[in-house]
Amino acid sequence: MTERPDLKQALGRLLGPSEPEVGCDECFAELDRYVELELAGGDADAAVPGLRAHLDGCPACREEHESLRALVGGEQAL
Amino acid sequence: MSATRTNQAAAQPLDPDSRAWLRDLRGEGAARDEAISRLHELLLRATRFEVARRRPTLPHLRGNDLDDIANQAADDALMSVLGRLDSFRGASRFSTWVYKFGLLEAAVKLRRRAWQGREVPLEPESWSLFSSAGLGPQEKAEQSQLLAVLQEAVDAALTPHQRRVLVAVALNGVPIDVLAERMGTNRGALYKTLHDARRKLRRHLEDSGHAPDGRLGEEGA
Repeated sequence: MTERPDLKQALGRLLGPSEPEVGCDECFAELDRYVELELAGGDADAAVPGLRAHLDGCPACREEHESLRALVGGEQAL
Repeated sequence: MSATRTNQAAAQPLDPDSRAWLRDLRGEGAARDEAISRLHELLLRATRFEVARRRPTLPHLRGNDLDDIANQAADDALMSVLGRLDSFRGASRFSTWVYKFGLLEAAVKLRRRAWQGREVPLEPESWSLFSSAGLGPQEKAEQSQLLAVLQEAVDAALTPHQRRVLVAVALNGVPIDVLAERMGTNRGALYKTLHDARRKLRRHLEDSGHAPDGRLGEEGA
């Protein structure tokens, strides 16, 4: 470790989301629909329950969500 | 895991662009070859996008290495997409659905490359490393107490496998797909282990009089 980590942040990562969440496979299955709903201003969290909590708890899925949102959002902005 | 699945998208009428993609990719001869070539270009757009986003975190990789990774990821994603065409239900545009396969393949390859040759830390590097900068005597004492409770909870409540997965992913920042590859399992199974470990940890903290976020019960419950 090159920096001394913050205990509160580490605690959040250790305990994860308190809400019910989907797993990585279902997250991947629903990610395209979720991102398009988000970009359209729809209620993506209501449409795909548990996906937001999973993104909070899974760094890898969170990175892929951020990338898909940036790629699709960027193309829509053109 | 227990999130409801009642709102899962039903099959929807496909938009004209998606219909054209599926028709061409399920066709034969030159039309199919041309569609596969266009699909590969679409995937390359996604894999190059991911490589560009992560480039600052991979200073040791040269341009040629990054191009190779983008191309390999697009090739692998192409196989995944062609093998799963029947699972496309039109819940998004076809291009969005395709992009996620390219992004996933590129992200996995780049995370593995970043950890290539590095030992994956499965034990806490040190509980005492947490920063106490800026904390007063009272807060330092509370932090020490919380660390002791956490350590005790991790040691007492979890199986050795759960402890290794939780510590590696949540404490030491090992990417879950890198850990899955080293452990000979897959990401979904490993996340289930992480989820179960977190639930047991929460319950142990609550049973020992701490709020679900680890605060002492009398302060935060």
